[in-house]
Amino acid sequence: MNSKVTNRIALSLIVLCAVIMVSTLAALLGYILVKGLTNISWHFLTSESSAFMAGGGIKDQLWNSFYVLIITMILTIPIGTSGGIYLAEYARPGKLTSFIRSCVEVLASLPSIVVGMFGMLIFVNYFGFKFSVLSGALALTVFNLPVIVRVTEDGFRALPLHQKEGGLALGLTHWHTIKTILLPEAFPSILTGIILSAGRVFGESAALLFTAGMSTPNLDFTNWNPASPNSPLNLFRSAETLSVHIWAVNTSGIIPDIQAVANGSSAVLVICVLMFNLLARAVGKMINQKLSGR
Amino acid sequence: MKISKAMISELPDDLPKSSLLKEKGLIKRFTDRYSESRGRTIIYGSAFTVIIAVVAITLFLTLQGLRSFVVDHINFWTFITGTDWNTDQTKNPSFGAFAFIFGSMSVTLLAALIATPIAIGSAIFMAELAKKWGQRILQPVIEILVGIPSVVYGFIGLTVIVPFMRVHFGGSGFNMLAGAIVVGVMILPTVTSIAADSIRAVPDSLREASYAIGATKWQTIWRVVIPAAGSSLMTAIVLGMSRAFGEALAVQMVIGNATKFPHSIFDPAATLTTIITLSMGDTTTGSVINDALWSLGLILLIISYVFILIIRLLSRRRNV
Repeated sequence: MNSKVTNRIALSLIVLCAVIMVSTLAALLGYILVKGLTNISWHFLTSESSAFMAGGGIKDQLWNSFYVLIITMILTIPIGTSGGIYLAEYARPGKLTSFIRSCVEVLASLPSIVVGMFGMLIFVNYFGFKFSVLSGALALTVFNLPVIVRVTEDGFRALPLHQKEGGLALGLTHWHTIKTILLPEAFPSILTGIILSAGRVFGESAALLFTAGMSTPNLDFTNWNPASPNSPLNLFRSAETLSVHIWAVNTSGIIPDIQAVANGSSAVLVICVLMFNLLARAVGKMINQKLSGR
Repeated sequence: MKISKAMISELPDDLPKSSLLKEKGLIKRFTDRYSESRGRTIIYGSAFTVIIAVVAITLFLTLQGLRSFVVDHINFWTFITGTDWNTDQTKNPSFGAFAFIFGSMSVTLLAALIATPIAIGSAIFMAELAKKWGQRILQPVIEILVGIPSVVYGFIGLTVIVPFMRVHFGGSGFNMLAGAIVVGVMILPTVTSIAADSIRAVPDSLREASYAIGATKWQTIWRVVIPAAGSSLMTAIVLGMSRAFGEALAVQMVIGNATKFPHSIFDPAATLTTIITLSMGDTTTGSVINDALWSLGLILLIISYVFILIIRLLSRRRNV
């Protein structure tokens, strides 16, 4: 065959691949949003879910998702950023450093269900936290840690060297330089990464199945005492998040309006994740503008 | 540091009370010799947390996973080669997990077969053909696709692909192919973005040399760019496969969860992850079934490690 003809055919196939990719996304988003948005109403967002009757909402699940996310972030951000700072600033090339690097890599590529099983073994059974917000958040911390470590390390490595040298030349200690000069400089890029990872944590389900549980006690949204069992703030109650809810409704739900609830919940979940995405992009854009001085 | 501290303590008394340095504690902040070691402790502690997490996961899952062989005396060989998973009968329950191992492997391979051509094609498109606007369109698409939670993929598979299978291929519609399609779409963005990176890493001089001897665009891509990016492209595919292998809920929703050995891709099946997802909640801790499930988890962990090793080997070859 003529090489020009082959060229044209092959290139059209490549373009076709890209078109398939874009249309897959368009179809997915279109499907979720078109089918879901009709089911989202104020009532759906603010009423409790029902175990067997139609017309249940997702108030508790939505709250649980955000609550678990916040607790996870409170646990992950200090440990993750410090780990990243270690790799970027303190680690000397050697066996220990490469071992830590491998550990981050392993942690990042373990399947989330393995992390969930570990969480069940350690936090739920061994520490006796039962199926709870705390167990779920701890499992998600393990799941999210490598992401934050990488983001922080990249953020620090992208900084110009003279910033650090300036600090050291003023006679500051290494730690003080990191704390007062490098960290504020790297903060925006770390923040972008954190927001993106928040979207990932928000949608995670397999790690939460055996750690945060598949049920929620009747929450009393007027009781904000973290120690009482039906308070939304209680760390030791089981908490079914939105993504686990979608799975549970589809696989073992007996409510008559499974389709409506699942459609609505999926749309809410995807919209939340998209918002995280947009937020991260906005922050990234802001940094770019700041850096280029416009 | 010692000297400066001594100097502070020896400051004359008649110094004005509102000394800027004194009031804001600046001297103390700059000369605090413990600040460095405190910071160091935090940093090193966090780094070790990462190590502890990995060691603990490996250790505890291994110990728990070995229980079924050590405590319950299930034969290891029949466990990984047997195809009969019949845990309900009280007399002589059988634990043969090969159907699940096979299910996981075939779903992973099928997913890679579905995703690879489209992913590599898109990667070539955005990194080679339309560098500017292809990038501008596909990059956000990839980011959003990565962000969509796996349950949502599973749910769409359940409401779109399963009915499609039911109409066109008969049966219940829950089958291995449906699982593979769902996972294939899920790993599409991961493979694409890494493949695009590796194509971008191919030096331009190679392309220029190829064009200079009169090769067409496709000949350059096929004969020069792809071989040059070879092992990184393999890394991208293996990474996608490892993600496909570990995916649980999305597959569980569409694969049909049959514990029988599947005979074609249109048969319902089960994978390691789906059987764990499905049964873990129903069994009591310490029972034989529960231990067997933990052993499945151990197999999952070991295969994940194998994937990690393969990826390391591939990327080492690239660095050399």
